[in-house]
Formats: sequence, structure tokens, C-alpha cells
Amino acid sequence: MENDTAPGPADGGAPVPYGPRREADDGVPQDTGEPDDRDGTPVGRRLVLGMLGLGAAGVAVGGALQDRIDSVLARVSAKDPVGVTGLLPGGGGFRFYSVSNSVPHRSETDYRLTVGGLVDRPARYRLSDLRALPQTRLVRDVQCVTGWRVPNTAFSGVRLSTLLDAAGVRRPGSAVHFTCFDGVYTESLTLEQARRPDMLVALTMDDRPVTAAHGGPVRLYAAPMYFYKSAKWLSGITVTEQVRPGYWEHYGYDVDGWVGRSNGRHDQPTS
Amino acid sequence: MTSPRPDRLPRAGAHRPWTPRPRGTSRPDAAARPHEPDGVRRFSRAETWAHRSLAWLMGVCAVTAAILYLPPLGELVGRRRLVVTVHEWSGIALPLPALLGLASRAFRDDLRRLGRFLPHDWAWLRTAVRRRRREPGLAGKFNAGQKLYAAFTAGFVLVMAGTGLIMWFPRLTPLLWRTGATFVHDWLALLVAAVVAGHVYFAAADPEARRGLRTGRVPRWWAASEHPLWRTEQRPRPVRPRDPGRREPPGGQRELP
Repeated sequence: MENDTAPGPADGGAPVPYGPRREADDGVPQDTGEPDDRDGTPVGRRLVLGMLGLGAAGVAVGGALQDRIDSVLARVSAKDPVGVTGLLPGGGGFRFYSVSNSVPHRSETDYRLTVGGLVDRPARYRLSDLRALPQTRLVRDVQCVTGWRVPNTAFSGVRLSTLLDAAGVRRPGSAVHFTCFDGVYTESLTLEQARRPDMLVALTMDDRPVTAAHGGPVRLYAAPMYFYKSAKWLSGITVTEQVRPGYWEHYGYDVDGWVGRSNGRHDQPTS
Repeated sequence: MTSPRPDRLPRAGAHRPWTPRPRGTSRPDAAARPHEPDGVRRFSRAETWAHRSLAWLMGVCAVTAAILYLPPLGELVGRRRLVVTVHEWSGIALPLPALLGLASRAFRDDLRRLGRFLPHDWAWLRTAVRRRRREPGLAGKFNAGQKLYAAFTAGFVLVMAGTGLIMWFPRLTPLLWRTGATFVHDWLALLVAAVVAGHVYFAAADPEARRGLRTGRVPRWWAASEHPLWRTEQRPRPVRPRDPGRREPPGGQRELP
């Protein structure tokens, strides 16, 4: 850099060649005439007001615009080998949401699913036990309450009703509470909801074993509901007398999380 | 307006160094030096404090945003509810440093400098756009890029805070607003990430500018080479106004900061 040296001492009163309008060598001492900065164009104010206006307009039309972008991105990301489009808003695919400290891992040897509460025959299932039961495969869209949707995702596993029937629900059991081996997350369904044929204890996702990040080896799959109902890392099913609100439901999410009919949203139903 | 040719620009040694003028004197170089042994005061305590607080809040905001937005980071950190809470509060606090800073006169003065474009700022911008070159000769206390960046910061903080509040309290607004707010918040976040990265890049390349914001003072040679018009902006109104049609605003006799 040419400016690293300290400047020399002042040498008297010659005009100082600063200023954009001053020609250094024209020999005529000019007044640079720098106006006071109050005179300048208020560019800052205009930019801020313009951004506020654009922001408001974006809020007004953003929903429709994002739908268009989503469909374009879906087409692009189908041919995108590096997955850059996944980084863009609405770039598609699952987003990882977990409320626990880390991704918990259970394997063939240490995974157990307990069924208890108001039942006649409490039970503990190993992974192999669950695989031995009748399997159901569903291909539906996954809809998150925060807005993203992943089309045509396959889940397969054991119907919740199969496990409940095997355990034999006692009166006055009328709800099912789910606990998870991350130690934090909980969910709930009414008994009626839990007996629907599209409520699964899922062992595979897209025809592969559910990965730990996606809630494996076993997660709930509540097809007709927003995805926060589909608890990851499922380890306990308890039949209760009343619905106990789950984790997010303590923070204002609807207990009856039907897609398109809850949480103030109007998404296309998924099931 | 003529813009200076590169070979006519002030260079170190080619002109005399920047020296602040003691209050009341009109001769720029008269006996000023002994008063400022550590260079020139560029920012007051209030200003360095406001910048540091904003920078920290912005950092927290950006880190939590990345955790919420990028699945691999989210997997690493988990604790989504905590991360959301930290993001919400650090985000809504972003306007606070500037609002508190308004109590300081130096802050208000610099705010006005940042908000106004003078003719040389347009020239700076033209040079930057057409010739892809940063022209220090055309900069007052702040160059045009810094002025635009400051305005962009004010704008994005307000827009992000507004759209963030809509998502924070979803029951207060209709769904259409919420998807719109998510749209604006997400895409503007990408733009902000790029622009703030640029800001950090320029800061990383200029240790003296960083020192200015850390200690409030900059070396004279730096002020003279990077912001040569700084002094002339503070000069009293010239006897012969540039634009005779304009009325002289009050307060033309401005004092040094």
C-alpha cells in the first residue's frame, strides 16, 4: 500500500489538494465548495423507506410467489446433483427439527418399544418383534406446520391399532400418549385418532430403515396430521384416560393437528 | 461534475496530512497536531458501543438462523426450542443499540452524514459500479458504500423484525400474511448474509478501520488517504455557495466532533 508511510511535516500555508472538483495543477486556488452535509440527497432515508415498502409488498404477495418458486425449485432440484437448491428457501426436502440436545441412537440390540397404561396386556417389543407383525405401507405428502411439504413420501410399519388391540385397551382409556427415547419429546392422540388405519408405528421411510436423524429406528407416522404429531425416536405408548398435550402443544400447537384444519393453516390435506 | 483522474488523486506524501482543526480556527493546519497525539477521533464511546452491541446481536442472530435453517447444523445442535428463543430475542433486540445511540449527539451527527449523499458520493458510486474500483479520494467521513450499507442495515433490521414478529405471534395475523412474512424473511436473510459477509470482508482487509471502531481513533494518514474529504465536509460553509439558488441552512459553522 502506498499509504503505509507516515506523512511528512506540514510545510506552511499552500492550498491543500483535496476535493473532487479541484484540479491539483491548474494553478488557480479554488474553493472546493464542499456543501454542508445537510444539503445532500437523503439517499439513506429513501433506501430505508423503499425497503420497508418492498418488505410490506413481499408480505402481501409472498405466499403466491413462494408457491411458484417452490414448483420451479422442485423441477430444478430434481436435476441438481450438488443439492445447492436445498439451501434455498422452499428448496424442498425435509428439514431437521429436534428439541433434544443431540441425535439419540438405538440399535437392534438396545431398542425397545413398551406399550402400557390402561391396557390388559402390557408389552415390550424388540425391532424384530415389530418387523414380524403385519406391515402397512403408505405413500402420502408430508406437511410441516412451518410450511414445507415433501410430496409422495413412503412410510411403512405396524398399524398403531394392531399394537393397541394386542394390548387390549381397558376402560376408561380414551387417549394415547407417546414418549421418546430422546427423553424430551412427547405426543398424544385420542384413541379414536390412534385407531385410524393411517396411523403407523413406522420402521421404514422411503423403503429404507428410518435413519436416526429422521427419528429411527422407530418413529410415529400420523399421516393425516402435521408432522410434529409424528414423534421421532418412539419408545413408549401409554393408554391414558385423557389427552395429555405433547411437547409443542404446550407451546401453542393444536392437539388435534389435522393438516389443513388446525394451527390456523389451510394446507391441502395429506390423507 | 468532474471526477478526478486517478493520477491526480491525493497520495501519501503528495499532499499534506490530515489534521483536525481546533475549534474556532479556520486555518486547517494551524497548530492542530499537538492536541491529537493518538491520531484522530473518528467515533465516540457511544458509537463504538452501539456498533459492538449490534455486531454481537447480529452474530447471535446469524448463528441461530443458520442452526434453524441448515439441517446438518440443526442435527448437530438440536435444542430447537432454545435456539428459536435465542433467535427471536436477539433479533428483536437488533434495533436497540441504534435507538439508544440516538441519545448521543455524535451518533446523531454521524447518522446524518450516513444518510445524505453529496456529489462526490455519486461519483464514488459511479466509479465503483463502472470501474469496479473503490475510490478513496471521493470519500468524506463515510464513503458512499458505507452510507448505502448503513441504510441497508437499518432497512433490513426493520423488515426482518417486522416479518419475524408476524411469525413469532402467528395468531395475530392471517395465514396469508404469515406465508408472505416467511417468504420475505427467508429470502432477505440470504441477501443479508451476502451483504454482511461483504461488510466483514472489507473490515477484515482494513485493520485501521477496525481500530477506529474498537478504540474510536484512527491514524491521521489513514483518515487522509481513505477519507480525504472528511475535513472538507466539516469545513464551515464556503463564502461563495456552490448553488446560489439554495438557502444557507442554519448551523453552517460546525464544530469538530
